[in-house]
This record gives sequence, structure tokens and C-alpha cells, in this order.
Amino acid sequence: MRTLIAILREVANLFVDDGSLALAILAVVGIAAFLAIILKASALAVGLVLLGGCVAVLIENIMRTVRRN
Amino acid sequence: MVSWATAAPAVTSAFLASLVEVVEAFTIVLAVSTIRGYRPAILGSLAGLVLLGLLVIVLGPMLNRVPLDVLQIVIGVLLLLFGMRWLRTAILRAAGAVPLRDEQLKFDQATANLKDDARAHQARLDWLAGITAFKAVVLEGLEVVFIVIAIGAGRGLLIPASLGALAAFVLVLIAGIAVRRPLARVPENTLKFGVGLMLTAFGVFWTGEGLGVNWPGSDLAILGFAIVFLLIAVGSVAFARRLVPEIAK
Repeated sequence: MRTLIAILREVANLFVDDGSLALAILAVVGIAAFLAIILKASALAVGLVLLGGCVAVLIENIMRTVRRN
Repeated sequence: MVSWATAAPAVTSAFLASLVEVVEAFTIVLAVSTIRGYRPAILGSLAGLVLLGLLVIVLGPMLNRVPLDVLQIVIGVLLLLFGMRWLRTAILRAAGAVPLRDEQLKFDQATANLKDDARAHQARLDWLAGITAFKAVVLEGLEVVFIVIAIGAGRGLLIPASLGALAAFVLVLIAGIAVRRPLARVPENTLKFGVGLMLTAFGVFWTGEGLGVNWPGSDLAILGFAIVFLLIAVGSVAFARRLVPEIAK
């Protein structure tokens, strides 16, 4: 049982290491999905939000982690 | 017919990502075989490989039943979570903010843990050693399975991506049997850096396609995204190094 729990925990850790990074990525995807599905924004706008959002999230997380450490 | 421009990033990413994971699993399996001999190490590893094979056989056909746009979004988001996690770790390690992974240290830790178990559970030690090898193969193998499925599903690239992963497995096995030591000289962080870039690029591409974005240049956009993230990552490393001057020295 302990082995199974350890394996499941590791599987979750595959995708979530720093929780704030995971949440920020999901937020970016959520905003892009809102633009695409609800507001019917142009594909270019959705693509730019997705790409730019991911870049911004990565930079912010790195800087915050380095300062914290 | 899958074009080389489409298959090359998938095969390369699957190969390099699998190389990292197989090296990590090999370190643990080697520790097991050093302490308790080849039998529990091989049996535990084989049991892990069988479980992984069953997962692929069960999950693989199920993917064909999922609508393509849903599959693209789900896999794209998982790739973003996975790829950006690797990229973040690689950047922080390259900047000196987080220590590099040391295969020799991992081997020593696994060996010490098994020795502790030997003192506490002498009678069950072969079983514990086998479970340790099994866990290592399953955990690292799950990452390989995910990467292969994520990169290959939806574009008919499952076989090329699988071949990339298989090549990594064979390469590590040959090198490991030859040297019989932890493969500490594999540039793990450089590999993680490159694979994190590619997986993140794949993640942006798939998520966008799932949301109806027709990326300019089609599949070539993946390389464009990888270049964007490479520039951002290199800039982040340089900037972060200035914030960690004592380590950079």
C-alpha cells in the first residue's frame, strides 16, 4: 500500500513541483480558452496570449524562486 | 507518410527525455544489484516493465476514442505542466540556485537505504530490494510513457517517439552494463534543459491547436516556440546568476 501511495504521489509530482507554477500555467490556459470559446477572439490573439502568458509565468516564477532562495 | 520535419523533434525529444529517466532508474537498479545481487534487481525491473507495458496496451487504444481537440488540450496542458517544470528546474540548476543532480550521490543514498533495510528486515531483504527496483522502473518509466504518448498521440508519431525512447533504453543498458557504475557523466541538466524546451514548445502548440489556433508554419511553429523559450531560458539563467553571485563564483 505504501508503495502504491508513493507511486501515486510521484505521478502527481510529474506535473506539479512548484504549485504556484502549475496554477499560473492553468490560469494562462484558462484565459486563452475563455478568449477562444466565450469571446470568440481571433486565433492569433489566443495564440499570443497562450505563448506570451507561458513565457511571463516562467520568467516570474524563476525570478521569485531565485530571490526567495 | 510522416515528414522528417515533423518526426525529428518528436523522436529527439522522446530520446533525450527517456535518456534522463532511464539513467535515473538505472542508478537505483544498479544499487539494488550491488547490495543484493542481480536476481532481485532483474526481477523487480522486469515486473516494472511488464506493468508499464500493460498500461500502454490498456491506455493506448483508449486515446483513439477521445475527440482530437479534447486530446490536444489535455495533452497540451500536461506537456506545459511537465515541460515547464523541467525547464524551471534546469534554469535554476544552471543558474546555481538549486544544486545539480548527482547520480553518484543518488546511488550512495539508495545503497545506504538498502543497507539499513538489510539490518532491519534481513529475512525480507530480497523482496524489499526487488520492490525498490520495481518502483524505480515504474516511476521513471511512467514519465517515459507519458512523454511518448504526449509527443506521439494525435499526429501518428507514437511509433517514432517509441523508437526514440527504446533507443535511449538500449543505449543506457549497454553503457551501464559496460561501466557497471552510476552514469554520473551524462549531462543530466543539459538534457533536461533541452527536453524542457521541446516539451514546453509542444505544449504551447498542442494547447493552441486544441483551442482552434492555426499556428503559422504549422508544425514548424514548434521549433519557433522552442527558440523563443531557449532565448528566455538563457536570459533567465544569466539574470538569475547575477542574483546568486556567491554561487556563480
